[in-house]
Order: sequence, then C-alpha cells, then structure tokens
Amino acid sequence: MSPQIAPLSLFFASIFTSNILLANFLGMCSFISISKDFDSSNGLGLAVTVVLTITGVVNWAVLHYILYPLGLYYLRFIVFIIVIAAVVQILEMVIDRLSPALYMTLGIFLPLITVNCAIMGAVLFIEIRNYSLLQSAVFSLGSGLGWWLAIASLAAIRKKVDKAPVPAGLKGPGITLITIGFMAMAFIGFSGMLKVQ
Amino acid sequence: MFVPVLLASSAVGAITAILALLISVTDKIVNNYGEVTIDINGGKRQLKVKGGAPLLFSLAEVGIYVPSACGGRGSCGACKVKVTSDVGPHLPTELPYMSKEDTAANVRLSCQIKLKKDIAIQIPDALFNIKRYKGTVERIRNVTHDIKEVYIRLEEPKEIDFLAGQYVQLMVPPYDKIKEPTERAYSMSSRPSDRNHVELLIRLVRGGIVTTYVHTRMKEGEAVTVTGPFGEFHVRETGAIMLCVAGGSGMAPFKSIFYDMLEKGKTDREVWYFFGARTKKDLFYLEELKQIEAQWPSFHFIAALSEPQPEDDWKGETGLITQVLEKYLTTQIDRTKPIEGYLCGSPGMLDACIAVMKKFQVPPDKIYFDKFA
Repeated sequence: MSPQIAPLSLFFASIFTSNILLANFLGMCSFISISKDFDSSNGLGLAVTVVLTITGVVNWAVLHYILYPLGLYYLRFIVFIIVIAAVVQILEMVIDRLSPALYMTLGIFLPLITVNCAIMGAVLFIEIRNYSLLQSAVFSLGSGLGWWLAIASLAAIRKKVDKAPVPAGLKGPGITLITIGFMAMAFIGFSGMLKVQ
Repeated sequence: MFVPVLLASSAVGAITAILALLISVTDKIVNNYGEVTIDINGGKRQLKVKGGAPLLFSLAEVGIYVPSACGGRGSCGACKVKVTSDVGPHLPTELPYMSKEDTAANVRLSCQIKLKKDIAIQIPDALFNIKRYKGTVERIRNVTHDIKEVYIRLEEPKEIDFLAGQYVQLMVPPYDKIKEPTERAYSMSSRPSDRNHVELLIRLVRGGIVTTYVHTRMKEGEAVTVTGPFGEFHVRETGAIMLCVAGGSGMAPFKSIFYDMLEKGKTDREVWYFFGARTKKDLFYLEELKQIEAQWPSFHFIAALSEPQPEDDWKGETGLITQVLEKYLTTQIDRTKPIEGYLCGSPGMLDACIAVMKKFQVPPDKIYFDKFA
C-alpha cells in the first residue's frame, strides 16, 4: 500500500521541508562546484530536474511492471542505474544540440548527473516508501525543483560572498560549505510544517 | 535453477536493449544536421557541406584554408572568422582569444563552431587563393651557420600566386617524440614570378619542432606539404620611402620583395634596408644585395653588427639595429617625405624598431609586419 499523502503536500514537502540537498544532503559535489556561476547553476538545475522526473517515473514503472512481477526485485540497483544513465545520455545529446554554450560550461558535470546521489537517492526513496505512480511523479519533480532551488540560491549567495571580506583561509570552498550549513539550517526550519516519510 | 538466472539476465538485457535503441534513435535525430550552406562574403560563394563538423574543417574540405597553427585544437587562436549569422554566444573555449572588438563583431574561432545550420561568414578574399601544395625539396643550402635556404618545387598544384612578402605554413611529419605532423609559418624568399617554387629561410631555433626537423633530418628529394599564401605583409603601392628592417631569417620576405620590385621595374622608389646581426658569420646574401644596389640607385643596404669580432675586420656600422636606425633617420633619410616601415624579425626586435619609428613620426598604421610568435 502506498502511504496516504496528498500529491500536492508531497510536492511541496519535497521542495522545502525535505529538500533533497539541504535536508537529505544528497547530490553535493556538483552543488558545490557548479554553484560558482549562476547561469550554469540554472542550467544544471534544469538538467537535474528533467533527469530526476523522467527517471523517477520510468524506474517506478520498471519496478512495478517488470521487477516485481518477474520476482527480480534484487536486480533493482543495476536497472535503476542503467535507466538513469540512458536518460542522461539522451539529455546530453539534446543539450549539445540545443545549447552548446551550456554544454561547454557544464562540461563533465553533465555526464556526472548519472551518478548524482540526489537522483539515485530519490529513486530509492520512491521504492522504499512505496509511492504510487502519481506520488512518484510529484515527488521526483519536487525533488528536482528543490535541488534546482537550492543550487540557484547558493549561486546567488556566492555571487554576493565573492565581494565580501572573507578571511583568506576561508575563501572558495571553505566559505561555501559554511554558507551551505546556514542554508540547511534555514531549510530545516520548514520541517515542522510538513513531514513526509 | 537455470530459469531464474536466465530470466534475470534476459530482463536486464531487454531493458538495456530498449534503452540503447532509444539512444540510437535520438542520436540519429539529434546529431543529423543534414546539408548546411556556408555563405561566404554576402553571397560571393555558397558552399553546401555536411553538417556536424567544425567550420574550420568543413572549409578545408572544400579547399578554403583558414590559417590555423594548432590544427583545430583551439589553442592558437589563429583561425578567426567573422560570422554574420547567429551561431549562439561565444563559447568558453573561444573567449581567451577574443578582444573586445572581436566579441562585438562576432568574430569566432572557426575550429570551435560546429556547423549545425546554415551559416554566413566573412573572410578576406585572399583566403580563396590559399591552397595546400604537395611539393619536393629540390635544394637545401646553408646560408649561414644556423640558417638554411630550402627550395621547394611545387607539384600538386604546380603554381602559386602570391604577393612578395607573404608566408606559407610548412608541414613536417612526426619524428622522435613528436607524434603529430606539425605546421609552422615561414616567409617566402622566392620571387612571385618563380611560380612553381617556394623558397624558405629557416633558422635553427633551439627546441623548435619544425626548425630542428629541417636542420637535422630534411633531405633533398623529400616530399613536403606547404599551405598558403597567408599574410598582410607586402609592399603598399605608394611613393613613400620604404624603411625596411630585418634580422636573421627575417631576410626572407625582403629578398622576395626586392627582386620582385627589380623585375617589375619599380626602381624609382627609395629604399633603406637595415639588417642586424651579431657577427660577420650571421650575415648572408651580401653579394646579391650589392648587385641590387648597383642596379637600383635609390636602394641603400646597411648591415650592422652588434658584436663584431676582431677577426671579422668589420668596417661597416656597429651597434644595435635600433641605434643604427636612429642614426640614419637623424642624418641620412629625408624625413620631409612620407615614410613607410616594413619589419621582419624576432618579436623583441620588432617592438624596439617600432618604438624608434614612432619616435621619428612614422605613422603607426604605416608600419607593416607579420608577427610570428
């Protein structure tokens, strides 16, 4: 049985109260490295959202229509990863065609979405929490948007921090990690409003 | 026992196969750019090429050679082309080579622009004349202890059309630790009327890939490839006094220029040719230049040695070429007449001589040179 959560609540919960990045701390590496530039953060946010939404739904379908009926539940990791890799591959070709500039700025981080923990994490949440198709769709879309919101906010903050008198030893990754800590605290502030499991 | 194992592997196999099919279909759709049209210089030439490849390579395929020293790796910045249609914003790989004016005029690196749709570009008309020549080394001669004169017979195509002073790119094959064919630019010292040869003066540069090859390995009879002609360094058809300064293998374009002017009977022009060298053994073509002086009353050749040796028994000018240039500009050259500067040599020598010329009010836009870094 799927849990009794209204899709809309799940949608907002996955963006704010249980943000995949700032409450679950998944998908950190590209979050930190790409957030130094606002435009590419936006691009990567969009890419992650697209991949997450598609893979969330496709993996749900594979799990419920192939793996469970055939009793192949134990193959779920390899299947999830293959689906994610295929979607990223297709997305990479499409971005190369539509926006070469974004393709160049994302560089290695575009193919690395394949192993972005946020994506595999969201897919595993879908499986563990036994979400329905609709719930899976809103949860993965919400998680993607939440990831996008977090990286875009961090990129905006870093732009301001760049001009701030940061002590030399804390410049770059140091102050960024501290910033992320504050952001996480702020997002955890939402958690009393709505709780999803 | 066998059934679940077979089922597991065929299920994963089937899922993978479906996804692979999806990817290949997407690839066929997304990466198929069809035929694209390259419009050059506002309709002067229209080329139809297969899309998907960088502009530089697509142009080379149809015989238009945009200068490129690095072979399309985006590391030399030489293959700039003005694009007049929309090809999106500058890529991060292009930006290091773009000046503000370049960015504003949408000048792009042609090796970084992938042909995805019809494109309109502007290139100098001279580029249409650039060809890749297969040739044979006919003669190699030492003109000084570190400069070789390489005379190449052109075979395919057989004739080159160039302005005296222009340069070609000489390609040498891989050798030792050098894994790829390497191209470098050299001014032609041959006369434009000698249409089926090019002659290059190549000075040994320590660590230089092409110069080392030419000095240690190149043999007479060997097949070589040259591409050209390139460059804006040629005599402007004015009556101004020509103030020419060269050092080392910078002699090359001037040899071509002076013989060309002699042949065309342009000996009414006043020419001052300053050639800087360290010692007497760095001087060459003295006989030839003496003969030019004899046939051309207003041609003056001044050689200057910066470190004349006792055994040189040197009676000519001494000192740095800039000092000699200053001396002649002060005492010998009529500065009431218009003057043009023509320079060929090392970047350091160029900068120093340009400074002297500016000091003597030679207009900066009338000082001509090709900088080979």
